[in-house]
Amino acid sequence: MTVIIGLEIHCQLTTRTKLFCGCSTDYRNDPPNTHTCPICLGLPGTLPCLNRKAVEYALRVAKALNCTVLEEAEFARKNYFYPDLPKGFQITMYDRPLAVDGHLEIEADNGTEKRIRITRVHMEEDPGRLVHVGSGDRPRYSLVDYNRSGIPLIEIVTDPDLRSPKEARRFINTLRTTLEYLGVFDGDREGGLRVDANISMERGSRVEVKNISSYKGVEKALTFEITRQRNVIRRGLSVERETRHFLEARGVTTSARSKEEEHDYRYFPEPDLRPLRVREWCDAIVLPELPAARRVRFADSFGVSPSHARTLCGDLKLADFFEEVVVCGDPILAATWVADTLLGEVYYRDMEIARVPAGHFVELLRLLKKKEITDKGGVEVLRAILDQSARGEVPETPATIVARLNLGKAAGDAFGPVIREVVESCPAAVQDFRNGKPEALNYLVGQAMKRTRGRADPKELARMIREAIGGSGVTG
Amino acid sequence: MVSPDDVEKIANLADIRLSGDRLGEFTREFNAILEYFDILDTVAEEAGEKRGEFNIMREDEVTPSLPQGEVLALPRDSEEGFIRAPRVME
Amino acid sequence: MKAQGPVTGEDPFNAFITRCEWKPGGKGMLAGIMVAVKDNISTRGIPTSCGSRILEGYTPPYNAHVVDLILREGAGIAGKTNMDEFGMGSSTENSAFGPTKNPADPSRVPGGSSGGSAAAVAAGMVPMALGSDTGGSIRCPAAFCGIVGLKPSYGRVSRYGLVAYANSLEQIGPLARTVREVSLLMEVISRYDPRDSTMGDRPFTPRLTGEVKGLRIGAPAEFFGAGVDPAVGESVREAIGLLEQSGACVVPCSMPSMAYALAAYYVTCTSEASSNLARFDGVRYGTPDDIRKPWHDAFREVRAKGFGEEVRRRILLGTFALSAGYYGKYYAKAQAARRNVSADFARIFRDVDVIAGPTMPTVAFRIGEKTDPLSMYLSDILTVPANLAGIPAVSVPCGKVNGLPVGLQIMGKPLEDERVLDVAYAYEQGAGR
Repeated sequence: MTVIIGLEIHCQLTTRTKLFCGCSTDYRNDPPNTHTCPICLGLPGTLPCLNRKAVEYALRVAKALNCTVLEEAEFARKNYFYPDLPKGFQITMYDRPLAVDGHLEIEADNGTEKRIRITRVHMEEDPGRLVHVGSGDRPRYSLVDYNRSGIPLIEIVTDPDLRSPKEARRFINTLRTTLEYLGVFDGDREGGLRVDANISMERGSRVEVKNISSYKGVEKALTFEITRQRNVIRRGLSVERETRHFLEARGVTTSARSKEEEHDYRYFPEPDLRPLRVREWCDAIVLPELPAARRVRFADSFGVSPSHARTLCGDLKLADFFEEVVVCGDPILAATWVADTLLGEVYYRDMEIARVPAGHFVELLRLLKKKEITDKGGVEVLRAILDQSARGEVPETPATIVARLNLGKAAGDAFGPVIREVVESCPAAVQDFRNGKPEALNYLVGQAMKRTRGRADPKELARMIREAIGGSGVTG
Repeated sequence: MVSPDDVEKIANLADIRLSGDRLGEFTREFNAILEYFDILDTVAEEAGEKRGEFNIMREDEVTPSLPQGEVLALPRDSEEGFIRAPRVME
Repeated sequence: MKAQGPVTGEDPFNAFITRCEWKPGGKGMLAGIMVAVKDNISTRGIPTSCGSRILEGYTPPYNAHVVDLILREGAGIAGKTNMDEFGMGSSTENSAFGPTKNPADPSRVPGGSSGGSAAAVAAGMVPMALGSDTGGSIRCPAAFCGIVGLKPSYGRVSRYGLVAYANSLEQIGPLARTVREVSLLMEVISRYDPRDSTMGDRPFTPRLTGEVKGLRIGAPAEFFGAGVDPAVGESVREAIGLLEQSGACVVPCSMPSMAYALAAYYVTCTSEASSNLARFDGVRYGTPDDIRKPWHDAFREVRAKGFGEEVRRRILLGTFALSAGYYGKYYAKAQAARRNVSADFARIFRDVDVIAGPTMPTVAFRIGEKTDPLSMYLSDILTVPANLAGIPAVSVPCGKVNGLPVGLQIMGKPLEDERVLDVAYAYEQGAGR
């Protein structure tokens, strides 16, 4: 059974102020109702005043998604009554959105490029935030915080072109990266991205799943919903056309009340705002380099492998970091260390890439390039730097760490006593090796590595052991 | 012509309560007014050009928000900085 | 600055909802003048109820732009005036605070919805007042009470702080006993405000020459047709005749879109109102219902207790006009009709400088006389075209019928507020001679 998925994605734009008033959007660590004014509280008599930057950001998105900007776009009122909606309507765009008919290329399940069509891109205001007081199933009343009220959102609607939850997740990841490259979105902000998904089985009814508020949630919600719909069909029933809510904590979708489905939003043009004629403005916007172009450049000018280029460019901050440390003089070494080693270490620490001191990292790469430390030693140095940075300390320089932990790749002579110790303490292995068992050498090297705590180059150790025990014709 | 049922449906959508005895009266008045509105049927659909200004925008500059105390002085109920509202169904 | 008050005192016509004596002092064009402010214009620290119970307990934390402007010019605020609830009415009978009486005849309505502002001026309680005009709400009470009232061009006065009833139609405007005072107040309140995106930066420059030589006046037949009291029509024709004697010429013309202007007006204003009035849920301000009730039940209760009958009726009408299946027949058609009205005016204004006619089809009616909503709506027939087209229109007293004042309405080209006031001034001077 073919699965058909379309997405509606809401993203908060990173303007300094709200969409229709001058309140700051930087509310996340502040107490409730401290970023509000008569306008975003919807006090009687107030009027909206459109933020130019929000329009510019939305146009960047429209252009990056290859959309056609409408000759005249217009804000409209979506009328519904809810306590988090201070005016009793949401200012959004309806039959004259900002832009239509675009597309975004993603990696399909089979690894090829796939074009996902974009139906429309429009702007709207975020409602406030509701907290339910009382036990989960029986809320006693609600608490409202209007700090979020009026934060600028763009809504991006796709055609039903996605065919699996994995593809949907990849679309969202690609979109997120694109938005970050455009400088209009910060994926690290909690609740900055919300998704509604339309899912159906071939020839089946469409189910809308609302309320997905995390990246991982998208794949989870879709997978659950597909299984649910398959089971319905398997039982010989037909899938009902309905709206369902995704309950993140339980990983399930539940049917919404019927009243919500019957909504008649009574859209009409917002009389307090003038229309937008911004096509020429959009034409004049010069976009920054986007992920696809950057991947090509990393491969072409630095010789970075395609898979490393994809990893590096898949995150704006990671790619920027790579460009900062590539001055070490060995791009491939830098790509390997950033994409393979550093990325894992920062994920493990739940740390932002931006907090890694690039200068220290360059110095580390130079030590590795000059083979003054081993890869293993390099990892130890990196971990020390990250741990210190994570604690908010000024990290020690790599050279200091190398000296403190005695990680320097010492000259061969310094290991003479270790080699002698190993040869003396493992006569059986020495004998095996002499008897023509080459794997015995690996054991001896391992023992030596243990005693040098990784400071020595294993190849160098093997050479020295072979020398010390008189070599073997077998491995020669 | 609209029926009392139609008026009730609209009243539901509008969250306006109409008691049973008022429904009939409202429906009659409604119909008299709607009948008067029927004259609009004679208007040609695309008449005239919409005029006016466009692209009226402000700069992205922060202006002071209201102090929390002033915001919370407006509603009757607040709690730890939040404003209390009737319960909404999950 | 805090309001002082409440002030008790004689208010024989029930012109005020809140009395105060807010005298900030200072110099300026309005130094020492006490202004009455309609109760749908926000005043920091003074309750602003819009004549409705639903805003009980609400005191705005900010001033409307026009209020800041008059205070800056040294004016004081005498109080907040009575009005039809949210501006929905033409008689000031639909107020939660009781009807206002017409100082010219206390058994009659002062007109509406800015009836309190007009009565306060007509009774001599204040020299000038602010009102708002959505479909005639300044001009109607000005005509009924025998004073001058201007509905400015759309976009000429900031609406910031005016509690919205029908955003695309309404403007704040001045009321006073003379054209000169109206002009003075208009000069102050029309200063630019970037917070209103529908306003342009077009300073008002008073120009009261009283000169009408060569002025072409259009007098559309529809303004003197069926439904217009012949005695009122006669009074207005005489007034136009006086302007002719001063050198103006009258050009006959017609305005076919008058046939559906009133319907277009009521569809538009009720649609916008149905959306504008949704914010009064008692949560952020006002009086909430029991918060342990489910949201929609509580919301319904707040609206049932807080809104009067006419407001509920208009919310229903507007909800209907915007609802799925009816939007095209009502709201969309009303907008097309509106463009026709503008086109009609544009065509007439190619041949004339101003249009003149009666402000109201009748003189002030008795309190309680009009009970049927539609018959009340019909009394707005001559004032709504100016709102639909956004053009300036002034009502200036032009004699009496049965001892009750009649208003001469002068409408002008978009943004020619100065011109309509000049013509009104010419009439006022001529009639006074």
